[in-house]
Amino acid sequence: MAQIFHRGTNTISRVSIIGGVLLIGCIITAAYTIDRGSFNSDVAVVKEQPVPFSHKHHVSDDGIDCRYCHTSVETSHFAGLPATEVCMSCHSQIWANANILEPVRASWRTGESLAWTRVHDLPEFVYFNHSIHVNKGIGCASCHGRVDQMPLMFKVNTLYMNWCLDCHRQPEKYVRPKEQVFNMAYQPPANQLEFGKKLVAEYHIQKLTDCYTCHR
Amino acid sequence: MKSSSALFITGLTLAASGCRQDMHNQPKYKPLAESQFFADHRSARPQIAGTVARGHLRIDAARYTGKMGDADITAFPFPITRADIERGQQRFNIYCSPCHGRVGDGNGQVVRRGFRQPPSYHIQRLKDAPVGHFFDVITNGYGSMPSYASRVPPDDRWRVIAYVRALQVSQGSTLNDVPADQRDHIEAQTISANGAQQPTNAPPANPAMPPQPGPGERR
Ligand code: HEC
Ligand code: HEC
Ligand code: HEC
Ligand code: HEC
Ligand code: HEC
Ligand code: HEC
Repeated sequence: MAQIFHRGTNTISRVSIIGGVLLIGCIITAAYTIDRGSFNSDVAVVKEQPVPFSHKHHVSDDGIDCRYCHTSVETSHFAGLPATEVCMSCHSQIWANANILEPVRASWRTGESLAWTRVHDLPEFVYFNHSIHVNKGIGCASCHGRVDQMPLMFKVNTLYMNWCLDCHRQPEKYVRPKEQVFNMAYQPPANQLEFGKKLVAEYHIQKLTDCYTCHR
Repeated sequence: MKSSSALFITGLTLAASGCRQDMHNQPKYKPLAESQFFADHRSARPQIAGTVARGHLRIDAARYTGKMGDADITAFPFPITRADIERGQQRFNIYCSPCHGRVGDGNGQVVRRGFRQPPSYHIQRLKDAPVGHFFDVITNGYGSMPSYASRVPPDDRWRVIAYVRALQVSQGSTLNDVPADQRDHIEAQTISANGAQQPTNAPPANPAMPPQPGPGERR
């Protein structure tokens, strides 16, 4: 009987075995990159806002504390966004006629809220709470990055479940002294793990990894 | 066959990473979310007049208005402890220092950028002003200063005032007011020549503090 396959087929079959593995690898990598990348997770994506609000100017240059505007961050699950009244407490006099602030003044005149676009937005089947994190020594910067250096707000972390769990499994990697929570420039000490373990014990931090911690 | 299955897998992966929104946006309101139901598009509803939230009953007039009848009260409505002053310091630095400056001289960052300059706390009129006046200023605003009532709850307002009082005393004090065992420490830190001036970003030690615990407890 004549050979059905040409001799060259051997090479093809070898190449396709290796190629197939590589291809699957590529697909997985591609899917992973797409999933983690800004296309899907919105990391590093700046959203359109009614007013181009600069944390860099207000926090670094003017030295305003986060809590001046995000008042409820220590006491509630929601950090809170500033009411128009808060902007107007300064902008009734500073940059009072700037075009860029017209939406703020319009909101002040009409009583209509400014509609900020959410940058961080967990799916609605996840429960998150700011106050517990802030009161147990997790700094804003551990989750939101160097907000004080952002001319426009963007997300630094994916906020995916594995990101939350990475810290919930090992809070000692990130915990800092409570009085440093609002310090954007805090540098962890060289012996963070050791130091973190001490703080974990001192603040009675539990390792919350049960599903119902976040899905309730 | 091979290429079609590769295509299939690729398609499946893309589809899986693409459609994740099904349970992500549920028809419930997160805080401050927009509402299509109410005419003003706010899901957060204003309080109905006369509502008293649990734990917010305010019948102690002196504590919640700073007034007895029509007169400003002159004494704090609750005893001020060291912890209260420290809390007051923290709140002051958050809510007041942008305009009034860390030491209350009226030279905060925002003033340097063009906001109307508030009076220094260290003028005689404000040193003599009763605590109730300060409470009234924080609660209702004063001239071009806005109200801080929505952001500083009543008890914190008293703590801020206690800290303002501490600032007022500290700014007029000399090295002789400092406990003897602390003087070296202060001298080492002092930058200006007049002996009483503190570096502006380090809040001053407060001679106005209530009875001091042992020296070990000072910062
Ligand atoms: C002067 C007021 C002000 C101060 C001070 C301020 N913020 Fe904000 N912040 C805003 C406003 C307004 C927004 C909404 C606009 C935007 O997202 O850019 C916002 C948005 C944010 C968001 C994104 C919210 C979202 O949509 O997901 C984060 C995170 C945040 N701020 C963190 C901080 C931190 C951390 C600090 C302190 C270092 C701080 N902010 C100080 C006014 C302020
Ligand atoms: C405590 C005072 C204060 C508050 C509150 C405040 N701002 Fe400002 N803002 C400033 C100052 C001071 C500047 C000038 C910045 C500079 O020159 O460095 C400024 C500048 C700006 C500018 C001009 C562009 C820029 O980034 O420099 C915009 C836009 C702005 N603010 C928006 C807002 C909005 C929106 C709010 C309310 C969420 C707000 N600000 C609340 C003090 C304040
Ligand atoms: C453990 C991580 C973590 C820490 C620490 C943290 N945040 Fe957030 N923040 C989040 C997440 C997650 C969201 C999105 C919440 C949602 O979608 O419901 C968020 C949302 C916000 C928002 C938008 C409003 C809201 O509450 O949804 C603001 C403003 C904000 N954070 C400010 C702060 C400030 C200021 C601090 C420091 C005091 C801080 N955050 C600390 C994780 C964190
Ligand atoms: C950088 C560290 C860190 C990250 C990131 C983090 N957490 Fe936490 N979380 C903590 C710590 C510490 C606690 C306090 C544990 C305890 O109660 O002792 C905590 C507690 C909680 C609680 C318990 C609150 C309660 O009332 O019981 C919830 C819910 C929670 N986290 C949700 C989340 C979610 C959702 C994310 C991701 C979006 C997240 N956390 C990311 C450190 C973190
Ligand atoms: C520390 C908080 C936390 C804990 C604990 C947690 N999750 Fe999650 N989970 C999240 C967050 C945040 C998301 C949303 C991630 C995203 O944006 O897709 C999520 C998403 C999910 C999803 C949906 C994934 C999707 O993309 O639709 C499932 C299913 C899930 N979690 C199951 C679990 C199970 C099972 C457990 C217990 C073993 C658990 N989770 C524990 C925070 C948590
Ligand atoms: C946005 C800037 C700003 C902030 C923040 C601010 N103030 Fe003022 N404050 C002013 C200005 C401006 C005046 C002068 C008002 C006038 O005379 O029209 C003033 C005046 C005062 C006075 C003097 C009233 C008098 O009898 O002359 C007191 C007391 C005072 N503020 C306390 C506070 C306290 C306490 C806080 C923090 C909770 C605070 N202020 C936050 C701007 C501010």
